Amino acid sequence: MNKQGNAYTFIYAAVMVVVVAALLAFVSQALKPRQERNEMVAKKIDILQSINVAASSADAEQKYADIIGEHSYIVDFAGNKVEGVAFDVDLAVELRKPAEDRLYPVYEAHLEGGEKKYVLQLRGAGLWGPIWGYVAVNSDGSTIYGATFGHKGETPGLGAEIEKPVFQEQFVGKQIFDQGTFKSIAVVKGGADAEDKFEVDAVSGGTITSKGLENMLSDFFKGYESFLKNLERASHE
Amino acid sequence: MSNEKEPLFSAKNLKLITGPIGSQNPITTQVLGICSALAVTAKLEPAIVMSISVIAVLVFANLIISLIRNSIPSRIRIIVQLVIVAALVILVDQILKAFAYDVSRQLSVFVGLIITNCIIMGRLEAFALGNKPWPSVLDAVGNGAGYGLILIIVAFFRELFGSGTLTLPGLGELRVIPQVFYDWGYVNNGFMILPPMALIVVGIIIWVQRSRNKELIES
Repeated sequence: MNKQGNAYTFIYAAVMVVVVAALLAFVSQALKPRQERNEMVAKKIDILQSINVAASSADAEQKYADIIGEHSYIVDFAGNKVEGVAFDVDLAVELRKPAEDRLYPVYEAHLEGGEKKYVLQLRGAGLWGPIWGYVAVNSDGSTIYGATFGHKGETPGLGAEIEKPVFQEQFVGKQIFDQGTFKSIAVVKGGADAEDKFEVDAVSGGTITSKGLENMLSDFFKGYESFLKNLERASHE
Repeated sequence: MSNEKEPLFSAKNLKLITGPIGSQNPITTQVLGICSALAVTAKLEPAIVMSISVIAVLVFANLIISLIRNSIPSRIRIIVQLVIVAALVILVDQILKAFAYDVSRQLSVFVGLIITNCIIMGRLEAFALGNKPWPSVLDAVGNGAGYGLILIIVAFFRELFGSGTLTLPGLGELRVIPQVFYDWGYVNNGFMILPPMALIVVGIIIWVQRSRNKELIES
């Protein structure tokens, strides 16, 4: 057969594409359960990290079951509980809806000594792709107990520094409300005042990621505002 | 072409490996693959994993293309190469996600960008299309290693001076510059972690290499 002819070229391309597609489809199917498990475990590690519980992929499931277990639920913009499984809420989907219509997952952590922390789930946009985070709030509904952030593809050494403990530790003790009024947390360039309860230092060289993080915080804290206010009211009773 | 069987590691074959590591280096001599040298070299660990991934993709791509080189219609040969490279990169990405999830999270988008690494297409076009499978594999190992070597050197200096740490796979982030230095007033050079410094470091490597090897200087 003429190797430079049209017929040969067409057949060659068609066969090659079918073979490659079949191979990739097979590998994707075969590895899918493992990948989904990895993602689920990674999410549990993130949630645990926001309440300062270090977990590895080996013990994350056990620790999650002990500390949070079934104590997770979904709230709406008005702060009311809604039917559904919090862990299965896909914030990437929720993010496309207006803030009022979103579902907001809450993971209630029962720490040793009976203390309760409320882990909120956030998602926003960085420079190259999505960023997300889990922020644990005390039962007063305003003081941040811990925070952890993740990203899909921020630049290593720059925007990607948001997932470093040094950055995340800054959030401990910060306030979402200023004496009852919604304030959120600003991510400021060039040195935040450590005493200030409403700002943290931005990542140097990661301006757009920092800005995206700040928007994500205010966007989602706003979404959780009613829920947090309910918490605050309950803490006075 | 002679029918005599050449030893697997003949002098000619060894040259295929040593050449690209030294005087025929894809980054410093051929100036290919610069983009990823900028992107993944702020820390040492992503640079190491990226190097291994590129070597893996390059070896298999060179091998496969070399095996089917006589059947490829020349008019669509670039498309054939792209399909094979893209498929291999997706495989690497899927395997990392399943078996080395943490690493895959770190490398994130850069794995996908291996497809666009000029070194891979360059070696397929320049070598695998015209050579037997075994020399093609050696050529891939050599070029991949030459690329990786530069990547690791650049990442070493950028992380050392930019963050004062070295991140190694399995060991995590190691503080290399002792706290006393900072107490004495030493400051990390934040400029080192910005992409332009990667270019400058590559430039310095090229300068050092050319001043030692006069053959590389263009007249």
